Amino acid sequence: MLQLLRRVFFIGLLFGATTVLAKEADAQPTSLKAEIKAYINHHLEDAHDFTLLSYTAKDGHKVHVGIPLPVILWDNGLKIFSSSKLYHGESVAKVGDSYYKLDHGKIYRTDAEGTITFDAEHHATNVAPLDFSITKNVFSILLTALIMFFLFRGLAKSYTENGMIAKGVGRFMEPIILYVRDEIAIPNIGEKHYKRYMSYLLTLFFFIWFLNLLGLTPLGINVTGNIAITFCLALITFIITNVSGNKAYWGHIFWMPGVPTFMKIVLAPVELLGVFIKPFSLMIRLYANISAGHIVLMSLIGLIFIFKNWLGSSLSFALAFAISIIEILVALLQAYIFTVLSALYFGFAVEEHDEH
Amino acid sequence: MEKLISEFSFGLFFWQLFIFVGLVLLLKKYAWKPILDTVNERESSIKGALSAAAAAREEMENLQADNQRILKEARAERDTLLKEARTSSNQIVEQAKAEAKKEADKIMQQTQEAIANEKAAALEDLKRQVAGFSLDIAEQVLKSELESESKQKQLVEKLLSDVKLK
Repeated sequence: MLQLLRRVFFIGLLFGATTVLAKEADAQPTSLKAEIKAYINHHLEDAHDFTLLSYTAKDGHKVHVGIPLPVILWDNGLKIFSSSKLYHGESVAKVGDSYYKLDHGKIYRTDAEGTITFDAEHHATNVAPLDFSITKNVFSILLTALIMFFLFRGLAKSYTENGMIAKGVGRFMEPIILYVRDEIAIPNIGEKHYKRYMSYLLTLFFFIWFLNLLGLTPLGINVTGNIAITFCLALITFIITNVSGNKAYWGHIFWMPGVPTFMKIVLAPVELLGVFIKPFSLMIRLYANISAGHIVLMSLIGLIFIFKNWLGSSLSFALAFAISIIEILVALLQAYIFTVLSALYFGFAVEEHDEH
Repeated sequence: MEKLISEFSFGLFFWQLFIFVGLVLLLKKYAWKPILDTVNERESSIKGALSAAAAAREEMENLQADNQRILKEARAERDTLLKEARTSSNQIVEQAKAEAKKEADKIMQQTQEAIANEKAAALEDLKRQVAGFSLDIAEQVLKSELESESKQKQLVEKLLSDVKLK
């Protein structure tokens, strides 16, 4: 039964459509374009609750359908409360003696009325406590981590139960694991050192891929299009690369062999800059690709409601459908690129230069 | 760039780092290590099985070649044996024939010799008997001739008359 549920859920992840998003765009027909733009921006950002859809009731009251998530703040002590108290920034949450209000995805400490003051550049001047909330993205990461853990532990278990042959969903994943090993890790890192990096590369690949796919479901999740996430992944790649860097690696950065001394001095800062640019490009590439995909897809869906005629709307639908298909490919491609480049950087770090 | 920095949420970064590193370590222990170990083991066992099969096939071929060779040798040996047997039997027959002939010749010779001896002996005997007879006859004649004085004088006269002094 559990297996069936798992399977159904997995298929849902793979083939989920993006149609639910469309339901709420016609709340205020007067400024439809602005509404869609705000909606897209809102979608791209993290949220303190898992909203599936929101609409305006007949009495003009906004209704949000979704799951509230725990808010964890560090503001002179740990403060934990449900995000339903914030109610999408429409109400002030009273926790103990403090009041908190949500404004553009950020929680500020306010007075009892929830006043937020802004400076000239339209930045809030209120105190923003350290926010460790289980946000929508954290929730999605946890969900992905759980799916991955049970999926791959299941695969590992099925080997012992089924005489070294994979069974179940793992059977679909096994060739991909082998692909990561044979086509990504070994050619880029080398037969000698690749084993040390396999755990990271495999986790990285499936983590990005699954989160990218989760972003294509109608749940409205955008994890890998968040700069904090890609920064974290790129940072780990950066740390692993430089920690495992051998003598030759550092030699190639600070004292490039085989070139005149003058060039060595010129090359050192360039190479040093490269050390930081490599992970930086990883961070930006994933962030930009996924964000762009989401923006394009949601804009096309938004266009359906702007056109409001058979020709334009169906054309937009066809385009959105085509982009969705492409996004499924991009989801895999970006995971692949991130993993390949990480492996390549690890390869640079452990490469042994016998020729010099 | 400013938008990116303002978008950056430290809380999210913290959770991502915490969960991701935890996930890497957990999966390493419970998934990646057993999976990769099994896959490696499976691959090496497949490789081993394939090379064993190839070795077995080679051995089989060798065995077959050996069998062929042994069969061929056996056939050749049989042929030579037969040939040898044939020649030796011929030889034996020839030899037997020769020996038989030799024996026959020898017997013939011995027989001839015996015959010759017997013949000589018989002739000797005959000669002796003839001589005896002759003596007997001569004795009888002499006896009858010299029976009386007159006859003896007659003979002496006669002999004396035959003898003419010169």
